[in-house]
Amino acid sequence: MANDTATQLRSPLGRVRGLGSAKGGTHHWWMQRVTSVALLPLTLWFVLSAAMLAGAGYEATVAWMARPWNATLLLLTIGLTFHHLAAGMQVIIEDYANSEAAKMGGILAVKAICLVLALAAGLAVLRIAV
Amino acid sequence: MSIMQDSREATMVGRRTDGTPVRRPLSPHLQVYDMMQLTSALSISGRITGVIWAGGALFMVWWLMAAAAGPAAFDGVAWFASSFIGLLFLFGVTGAAWFHTFNGIRHLGWDAGHGFDLPTTYKTGRWVLIATAAATLLTWIIAIAAWAS
Repeated sequence: MANDTATQLRSPLGRVRGLGSAKGGTHHWWMQRVTSVALLPLTLWFVLSAAMLAGAGYEATVAWMARPWNATLLLLTIGLTFHHLAAGMQVIIEDYANSEAAKMGGILAVKAICLVLALAAGLAVLRIAV
Repeated sequence: MSIMQDSREATMVGRRTDGTPVRRPLSPHLQVYDMMQLTSALSISGRITGVIWAGGALFMVWWLMAAAAGPAAFDGVAWFASSFIGLLFLFGVTGAAWFHTFNGIRHLGWDAGHGFDLPTTYKTGRWVLIATAAATLLTWIIAIAAWAS
């Protein structure tokens, strides 16, 4: 055991309590960076496209959404946005929720809502484009 | 000291040299830090603008679903987007999105190990504010030009 503490950064007390890394923290952090980098060009495209669609009627908007590249980029934007959004909201809940029940309940609710919204938005794009 | 409800409490309690138990202060020390510094103000703004942008994402879902549902549903979105509250909301989301984006680029730079010294942090922080204002104005100039044409 004495040797064990020399090679591990976590204290024996920390390990006994079972707190700290559950080996998933780095992945969560890394995916937040990956999605943010991917969202940089997608957001630039989406914001400029949405601005240019200001005041456009139903016909023009649907025609824009139906174009193959626009539909592809919309699907990517939706998927990455809600992945990044869920990851960010999870960190906020982890930081501010005190009780374990509120924390887990909040995170599960955020993930469920994000999944439902992403699916609904994705299906809307597919319905228009396909 | 009452019975601990949470094992993390163990790191929050200590004893003075005379043996009396004391609760250690919890970080962040809101009473110690000056929260009106540019660095801390931009830090919490990064989180707040992320939440505001989530509101914008909800509007995007509504916009897409209404377009898929038909002209009547789409008219509802168009009515909201052109109302005073709707325009205020969209302008707020635009500003929040650009801030979150530029501040995010600043964070990616830090993650890569660049510009984490104090003078550079202040300099890039001011640039984030300037870029946010410029990009938000430019976005709305494009939107108003598209609307007018």
